[in-house]
Formats: sequence, structure tokens, C-alpha cells
Amino acid sequence: MNETIFGGILGFEFMQNAILAALLSSIACGIIGTFVVVKRISFISGGIAHTAFGGIGLGYYLGVNPLLGVIPFSLAAALGIGILGKKLKVSEDTAIGTFWAAGMSLGVILIGLTPGYAPDLFSYLFGNILTVPTGDLVMIMLLDIFIVGVVLLFNREFLAISFDEEYAEVSGLKSTALYLLLLSLIALTVVVMVRVVGIVMVIALLSVPAAIARNFSRSIPSMMAMATVFSFLFSIAGLVLSYMFDLASGATIILVAASAFFLVQGWRFLSGGR
Amino acid sequence: MSEPVIVCDRLAVRLGGIQVLNGLTLSVFQGDFLGIVGPNGGGKTTLLRVILGLERPTEGSVRVFGGEPGSQPKRTGYVPQRLFFDRDFPLTVGGLVLMGRLSRRRFFLPYGEEDRQAVDEAIRTVGLQNLHDRQVGALSGGELQRALIARALAGEPELLLLDEPTASIDPAMKTGVYDLLDSLRGRMTIVMVSHDTGVITKHVTRIACLNCTLDMHEEGSSLKRAPIGDIYDYPVDAILHNHPQSGESEP
Repeated sequence: MNETIFGGILGFEFMQNAILAALLSSIACGIIGTFVVVKRISFISGGIAHTAFGGIGLGYYLGVNPLLGVIPFSLAAALGIGILGKKLKVSEDTAIGTFWAAGMSLGVILIGLTPGYAPDLFSYLFGNILTVPTGDLVMIMLLDIFIVGVVLLFNREFLAISFDEEYAEVSGLKSTALYLLLLSLIALTVVVMVRVVGIVMVIALLSVPAAIARNFSRSIPSMMAMATVFSFLFSIAGLVLSYMFDLASGATIILVAASAFFLVQGWRFLSGGR
Repeated sequence: MSEPVIVCDRLAVRLGGIQVLNGLTLSVFQGDFLGIVGPNGGGKTTLLRVILGLERPTEGSVRVFGGEPGSQPKRTGYVPQRLFFDRDFPLTVGGLVLMGRLSRRRFFLPYGEEDRQAVDEAIRTVGLQNLHDRQVGALSGGELQRALIARALAGEPELLLLDEPTASIDPAMKTGVYDLLDSLRGRMTIVMVSHDTGVITKHVTRIACLNCTLDMHEEGSSLKRAPIGDIYDYPVDAILHNHPQSGESEP
């Protein structure tokens, strides 16, 4: 790409915000996505993200920033799915499906009850990294700091419940409480990601970069670092492609990530697999 | 005799409406190496899980180190029967064994020199020092079993509970695991569930035959005298035949 064009792009404030949003969301999704992948809970994450649509509806209905509405809804979904599965022995996919659909339905009804039409609704569903307001960036940054802080404090515990939950319990850990905490961090990561790829596609950025990183890492911290880098690269590549060809940015980012995923899987298959 | 480490008093456990353990009374003393044998579904694993505090007794009581089961994770090490995990999980042998230090970790503080020394020591004890940085998913069955034993040893337990540590490995490896347990004998109290009824009599101090209820056999006693055992090389069955099967599952 021509240097002057690129310099020109970077001059725009929306572009600087977009790059910052890509960086901040990649940190959260690299770290939390690693646990999502090794603990195999991508579909819980999908459930949490879609339930959050109810929060977006609530935000519109109350006339506040929809991102603020997402926080209680995604947290409630995380705790609800976790408690139904662990304490009440409801099968996890049933709990996920119920929350997923109920949250979306609530969102649809609340948006329907809101007078007028819902501006930017599409950007919450499918993301638009080019229109992240500075205020949302501050919120995303604060959530990032919180997520990183909690993981720094509990990384050994999270590793233990991800690898061998029974042994974690025997070691005196409160494995259910830790699991609920981990799901809550996923819920907050969803909030971070909504502006970038939208609630419908959060699941891809939570799982694909970490899944690719797993092929090349020998420990959880290296997987987190690599997943963060991959996520950032996909976001920037998607951003540039969407700008150049005037495509929807969230969808472009996801397609870049998915292409990389299939390429890596194909390469693994051809190189003899494992 | 020294202090009892485990005391089960008329222990009964029902799981999903099935009587798994019934009227089980048992004391394990410090320094014991107790082997628990018996048929599949006889409640061996359940007994270990009760001692670990993972299952609650329906009736009767269990005391471990004089307290509630599971209340003293620092003093208890556990080697599960088999571990289902993702072969792609990014974790080295060293990282796996370090998890054994979780029970001793002070909250929020990183692992220290003492933890690393305990891990190295445990890995040396099981003879995996050359595989310290090997990915757990790349281990053979026997190596994985040793790594799991190392994980339990890294916590420097006083009580070691093993659930069929030789179930999924080949005979040559089994001998290695038993030699390892022999070397631990006396250093800690060991309770081992096993199917290798013929072999474990050489290693343990006492044997419990578990089929819902319990028969105890002290060191070197009764097993050798069971005539059917000699023929079938399956002495436990012989002993169980002496007692017409009691404690049949209640409806």
C-alpha cells in the first residue's frame, strides 16, 4: 500500500480510535479467549454475547448508552448459565439456548417499545470499529484493566479449573466460584468486543485467535500473548480491507480471522497433522 | 498403633438411588499402605471420593486427620484413575506438577523457590527429570501416570490416595509404578485402589476387599491361605466367596 494513503488514513481521529479499539479488544480477547478455547466454552460465550442483546434493547428503551445495558445482561447470562449448569445440573446447552433466545427476544421487544427507530442498531449487532466514540474507548480500557488484573491474580486457579476441575477442588479451590468468575470475565470481554465485531460475531474473535495460537504455544501465557497478537493483526487487516473496499468492518475482521483459521488447519493437515 | 489418619464409621453412600457403600467401618493409620480391591462398581472410587470430600456420606461418618474430609487439602495428595484432557492443552510436565503446589499456595502470591524445588524433587522421584519440559499431551500412558503421581507428591502430602494408578498402562510400566510406591511406603500413608489383586499383595501392608461392604485383611494373612486364589491367581475373589455376598444393593 502507498505510504501517503496510509499516512492519510492514520490522520483521521476515527481511524486512531479504531486502531486503539482493535488493540484494547485484542488484549481482552487474547487473554480470555485462551481460557474459552482450552476449557471449550465457546458456546457459553456465544450465549452470553447474544443474551446481551437484551441489554442493548434496554439501553435504547431507557435512552442510555446501550453498552451500559450490555454489562448487567451479559453478567446475568454468565452467572445464570453457570449456576444452572453447575448447581442445578441443567444440561449446559439447554441453559445456553434458553438464555440466548430469551435475551434476543427481550432486546427485540424493548427496541419495539422504544419510540422512533433505533440508530446504530446494526453496529451493535455486527460491529463497526470505525465509529467507536472516545467515551466508549475509555469504558473499554477500564474493563480491559479490570480483566487483566483479575487474570493476573487468578491465573493459576483458572489454569487449574481449565485443566482438571476435580483436582482443583481437591486442592481446596472453590472451583464453582472460580468458574463463575471466569464466565463473568467472558461477559465483560463481550462488552469490550461489541463495538468492534458486534454481539453476533463476538464468539469468533473469542475463539479463533486463541485456537490458532494453541498450535504454536507450549504454555498458557504464551498462548495468551500470541492470541492477542493474532487478534490485533486480524482486526487491523479487516479494518484496512473494509476501508479499501468499503465493506462492513466487523464482518471483514471475522472473515480475515476465519480465513487464517482455515489456512492454519489446512497447513496442519498437509504437514501430517497431529 | 499410631494416630488414625482416616476413620470411617458405618459409612453408607447412595448415588442416584443406588447403594454404593454400606456399613463400611475402616481405620487407616499413619504409615499404612492400604490396598483396596474389589469388583467394578464395588464402590472403590466412591470411597476415595468420600475421603477426598468430593462426595458426601449418606449415613455414618468419615474423619480425615480428625476433621471433615476435604478440609485439609495441604496434607492430602490425589492421583486420579485417568485424566481426560485435551491433548493440545498447552502445558508442560513441569507446569502440571506445579499444580500440585496449589493446595499450599498463599493467596495472590506467585509460586516461589520452595515450590520449584518441591516440583523438581517430585519429578525426580518419579523419574521424569528428562521430560520436565515435554508437553503433557505428548506423554505415554505410563509417563502421564508418573506425572500425575509427581503432581500429588509436589504438595508434600502426608496422605496419598491413588485410584487404579496402573489401570491404563502396560505390565512393564506397572512394575515401575509399584517400585515407586514401594519407595514412598513409610514416608506417607498410602491408600491405593487397584485391580492388580495378585500383585498388590506384595506391596501393601493391608488389603480391604470392597464390594459395597468391606472385608479387611492384615499384612501377610488370609490371602495366602485361600485355595481358590492359588488356582485362579485371583485371591480376592476367593476371599469374597468365603463370605456369601452380603450387602447386596438395596432396591
